[in-house]
Amino acid sequence: MSEVLLEVVDLKKHFPIRGGFFHTVKGHVRAVDGISLEVYAGETLGVVGESGCGKSTFGRSILRLIEPTAGAVRFEGQNILQFTEAQMRVMRREMQIVFQDPYASLNPRYTIMQTLLEPLEVHGLHDLATRKQRVRALLQKVGLDPSYANRFPHEFSGGQRQRIGIARALILNPKLMILDEPVAALDVSIQSQIINLLEDLQQEFHLTYIFIAHDLSVVKHISNRVLVMYLGKMAELATSDELFAHPLHPYTQALLSAVPVPNPKIKREQAILQGDIPSPANPPTGCVFHTRCSFADDVCNREVPPWRSIQSDHMIACHHPQVASPSVPS
Amino acid sequence: MIQQSLPIEEVPVDSSHIDERPNFMRRFWQSGMTKLGIVLLLMLVLFSFVGPLLYRHSAITSNLLATDASPSAQFPLGTDSVGHNVLAQLMVGGQSSLEVGFAAAIVAMLFGTLYGMISGMAGGWLDVVMMRIVDILLSIPSIFILLFLNVVFQPNIIIMILVLASTAWLGVSRLVRAEVMTTKNQLFVEAAHALGVRVIRVMVRYLLPNIIGTVLVAATFQVADAILAMAGLSFLGLGLPPPTPNWGGMLSDGMNYMFQNSWWLIYPPGLCILVAQVSINLIGDGLRNAIETRER
Repeated sequence: MSEVLLEVVDLKKHFPIRGGFFHTVKGHVRAVDGISLEVYAGETLGVVGESGCGKSTFGRSILRLIEPTAGAVRFEGQNILQFTEAQMRVMRREMQIVFQDPYASLNPRYTIMQTLLEPLEVHGLHDLATRKQRVRALLQKVGLDPSYANRFPHEFSGGQRQRIGIARALILNPKLMILDEPVAALDVSIQSQIINLLEDLQQEFHLTYIFIAHDLSVVKHISNRVLVMYLGKMAELATSDELFAHPLHPYTQALLSAVPVPNPKIKREQAILQGDIPSPANPPTGCVFHTRCSFADDVCNREVPPWRSIQSDHMIACHHPQVASPSVPS
Repeated sequence: MIQQSLPIEEVPVDSSHIDERPNFMRRFWQSGMTKLGIVLLLMLVLFSFVGPLLYRHSAITSNLLATDASPSAQFPLGTDSVGHNVLAQLMVGGQSSLEVGFAAAIVAMLFGTLYGMISGMAGGWLDVVMMRIVDILLSIPSIFILLFLNVVFQPNIIIMILVLASTAWLGVSRLVRAEVMTTKNQLFVEAAHALGVRVIRVMVRYLLPNIIGTVLVAATFQVADAILAMAGLSFLGLGLPPPTPNWGGMLSDGMNYMFQNSWWLIYPPGLCILVAQVSINLIGDGLRNAIETRER
């Protein structure tokens, strides 16, 4: 594909668990445990996984909304983890985030105009008249009537608020947008509207998306490449078509087989996962997935599977990749 | 390759019908209860500050021929045990009570809010230290602190205000800290951080407007508390120097004569304190409703 916009090297975020009388550190929750990948300019990278697999923490760590424990995040070649606070503030113009919950992510005391003026004001861009003009134009772009600008967030529906959230992220002209489950809180009919809007905006403004989601059909639709995460680690990374057609990791296969098919006559082999996701405070030895994997053996128990390339654009961390028939009809 | 030109300023926008919203003052005025509160408070202020100009009778002259007199034409609200004209006292007493009550509440609210916001926002060790200081001060009965400060400093009206505020801010700071702790973890604050908004601006523009309602309600109670605390000090002879009357002091003096049926020594100052409290509460509610257009 094209040039690398973002490079993540061995990113880790371990949250300390404190306890006891002296508040000593008793252990760590390995929310993100060694993620390395490259994001290309203009692409959409989907990130999927169960709740608690660290995908949101991963997204926030890239923006340093959560300070990563170790690793490097290179944006256009510069490691932003070494930036000072002031440098980082400037850099935030380039990378923005849209949150999952459109109800909690807008300041209830700001009108929409104030919400959208804020980024421009903070970064000292344009004069007030231009700012306002820009806000109105952007509202129109995201499909909202600019005459609503003086209303407060509570006067809007969830879908409208998410459009406001998108406009807020977009107003600084970022190159990278992290979409943290941007449609998970919305009705299905609204979801598709927002997805279409995101696709249009990507086209128009040459945006690069990291799309975090647990809804596989949405991810399949919007992503160029998809990363499957499990317990803070990378399980499988491939182009969207490849991953959905030929999933190799048993975990990916299980995820895909859990997607409902809107046809009752199709009988599928289902690889239903047993048990719960293990605690990231005390992850299993070897391959973190071996406790729930039906193909696991001694090797999986002992050795951490290396991150390796099966073919170009298809990486996997598994000792026993399984070739399975495509389980999601396209 | 990535070109970021965004000629968005040129998109034509139909802004002919941008809807106007009722502004802060309009929303404030909308409620009848708020108006009632303002009228009541205004009446008290006029009574205390303009009243003495119209009703020209000394509040501090003793009429030894007419002690403990019940209300009459000469003394509309009677006299107390040393022959002070109660109505005149009530007017003059309102001045110091209202001044001290309001000023102490405002000082306590400002300092308590600042302290609580810093503590809640900082977290960690600073938060622990700041809150332990509050705990320690709260654990000492406030009357001791008030007595101590009043003995150290010669009471005048400024000292009185600061002394009363010195204990009143503690509760406010705790309240504000708790509110800040919950608000600062909300998603819109994280969003502000992601946009590059500085911490100070987050505190002033994001946190403060979202906690101000709680602060205002707490502050309205502080006014009456301060008036009554001043009464307590007067009762112990540590209030403002004796000839200057105040409502709280009059009320606690009057209590001594309760069993002589001297109702005019108790009800008038009591009613004044009550009306002050109610009117301030109503105004506080109005302010809060005007600021909090609606929760989420």
